[in-house]
Amino acid sequence: MSDTATKHEVLLRVDDLVKHFPIRGGLFKQVKSHVRAVDHVSFEIERGKVLGIVGESGCGKTTLGRTVLRLTPRTAGKVFFKDKDIFEQGKGNLLKLRTKMQIIFQDPYSSLNPRLPVNEIIGEALVQHGMVKNKSEMMDRVIDIIEKCGLFPEQACRYPHQFSGGQRQRICIARALVLNPEFVVCDETVSALDVSIQSQIINLLKEMQEHLGLTYLFISHDLSVVRFISDQVGVMYLGELVEYGEKNQIFNTPRHPYTEALLSAAPTFDFAELRTRKRIILKGDIPSPVNPPSGCRFHTRCPFAQELCSIESPEDIEVEPGHRVRCHMASGKISASGH
Amino acid sequence: MTSNTTVSKCLTGRKDKQVESFWSSIFKQFRKNKLAVVSFYVLLVIILACIFVPIFSPYTMEQTNMQEKSLPPSAAHWFGTDDIGRDLFTRLFVGGRISLGISLAVVALECVIGILLGTLAGYYGGFVDGLIMRIADIFLCFPFLIICITIVSIFSSGPVTLIVTLAVLSWPSIARIVRAQILSLRELEYMEACEALGISDSRRMFRHLLPNVMAYVIVYATLGIAGTILTETSLSFLGMGIRFPIPTWGNLIQAARNPAVLDKYWWYWVPSGVAIFLTVMCWNIIGDALRDAVDPKMKR
Ligand SMILES: Nc1ncnc2c1ncn2[C@@H]1O[C@H](COP(=O)(O)OP(=O)(O)OP(=O)(O)O)[C@@H](O)[C@H]1O
Ligand SMILES: [Mg+2]
Repeated sequence: MSDTATKHEVLLRVDDLVKHFPIRGGLFKQVKSHVRAVDHVSFEIERGKVLGIVGESGCGKTTLGRTVLRLTPRTAGKVFFKDKDIFEQGKGNLLKLRTKMQIIFQDPYSSLNPRLPVNEIIGEALVQHGMVKNKSEMMDRVIDIIEKCGLFPEQACRYPHQFSGGQRQRICIARALVLNPEFVVCDETVSALDVSIQSQIINLLKEMQEHLGLTYLFISHDLSVVRFISDQVGVMYLGELVEYGEKNQIFNTPRHPYTEALLSAAPTFDFAELRTRKRIILKGDIPSPVNPPSGCRFHTRCPFAQELCSIESPEDIEVEPGHRVRCHMASGKISASGH
Repeated sequence: MTSNTTVSKCLTGRKDKQVESFWSSIFKQFRKNKLAVVSFYVLLVIILACIFVPIFSPYTMEQTNMQEKSLPPSAAHWFGTDDIGRDLFTRLFVGGRISLGISLAVVALECVIGILLGTLAGYYGGFVDGLIMRIADIFLCFPFLIICITIVSIFSSGPVTLIVTLAVLSWPSIARIVRAQILSLRELEYMEACEALGISDSRRMFRHLLPNVMAYVIVYATLGIAGTILTETSLSFLGMGIRFPIPTWGNLIQAARNPAVLDKYWWYWVPSGVAIFLTVMCWNIIGDALRDAVDPKMKR
């Protein structure tokens, strides 16, 4: 699809992004502490590529996706979309950018307004941005996109409650794609669906991505889905991006113990892989993002943790081209066998 | 293009079963409540009577006839005549027109103010919310009747003054209801999708949020009409409502303040008392039934 010239165009660059939610309490609702939902996350996505983000519940995946689209203000850091810092854009420019960056949510029930018919849900943004001249043109565009998303034209005037979960997710996809965006955040887009429907929706997303040359930030906690759809994978733990690299690098030669743990916990049907891989069982629960552990945030659960890990926070090390890890073992400061 | 046929199919399809969803389920739920259905018809009869009786009656509300004063109910004067010979049957329904009309106008105005301010407060939050809700709190602190009486006695006691006064004094409750609903709806993912799609604030407020709170507004408005009828009656009874000789239900029932009338001329005040009672009851029953239909969780 994409030739070599466009291949290396960076569409989205996230630079040291930080998002903290203040926790207020007490008599005057003063800020008591912060939830460090996203902490110093950096990555790039090239045009036409899919970056999968994995991590346990509460590690800040959704917050990352929302902050990247400026649906919520950031605490610090920058997000560049085609070299424009989206947090520096004025109202008018941001509105234009909105048509280029879309999001598909996890819950197909709460993400559709029950009081609006499907054609209005999908078409209202077209009207809002002046992309269609009149109602019948809007209808044409709506019908075109819902057919592409696997719905029927006569369903265009129904209300969301008349659709199943999978169909609703198709409506959500149609709503996001009708504006011809370049970048789409898929936030656990299939998690709420039946397994049988999951694969249909994943295939639809993949098909659309290939056809339209879309770029995805694909958030999921399902490794097999991420493996299927992604080109790059980022692993998040307690708001930090602990490992980032090409899909093969992450799945075949993971360097962070947390990634290894995630991979070993995922079911696999590959017997060769089953025999060779070591199982890492994580101790304990995920700590609170309000008081993340000192040093390496993962040290409380890491089977290889040593003294240094609880004192010094590991830096982001590039272990091979395009493969970055935050771990003292990767930087050689400690060794796995030293324990 | 295929879409033109589809559009028309859409639009015709809309009428029979598409819109059913929310409102029709409320309607179905409402119809299950027999008492509410009966109340609805009783109210309908009262309203129709208020509209048509003054039109077809051989008497007018002001027409006096000293030969026929203080007559008990008869074939010529169904509810008798008052102390200056006016036909009380006609006056009752003219009064109903005014009492009901004023109540409807008050509630309508109150809803407009309340919805607008409640939506703004809930949607924008922060300073706007703080300001509007503090103003609402101040209005709710006023001793209602006393302020009404003061305003009405400072200005004239025409229907417009009365309507505006009552509406301005009672919008805070509806603003609170709307605001609370909008606060919770605002967090839903479809509102976030609106943000991502770049939908304008006004469309988000009035096309996305408002239809979702209308059901609550209607419930409140229905119950509010009952309350306003009573308030209007109390004000008239105190002589602070619409002035004589224009009849309202409050003005008519005021006749009972005179012990002699209370004792001997029961037809002066019983019909208006019954009318007030029936109307208020019906609005309340309908409002309760609507509330149960809209939100089964609110049912006690
Ligand atoms: N609006 C908010 N206010 C305060 N804290 C928040 C808010 N949104 C998220 N958080 C907190 O930020 C952290 C990250 O939340 P987030 O929803 O991004 O996690 P997630 O990785 O998407 O989890 P899941 O897989 O369950 O969706 C959580 O601890 C959450 O409690
Ligand atoms: Mg999430």
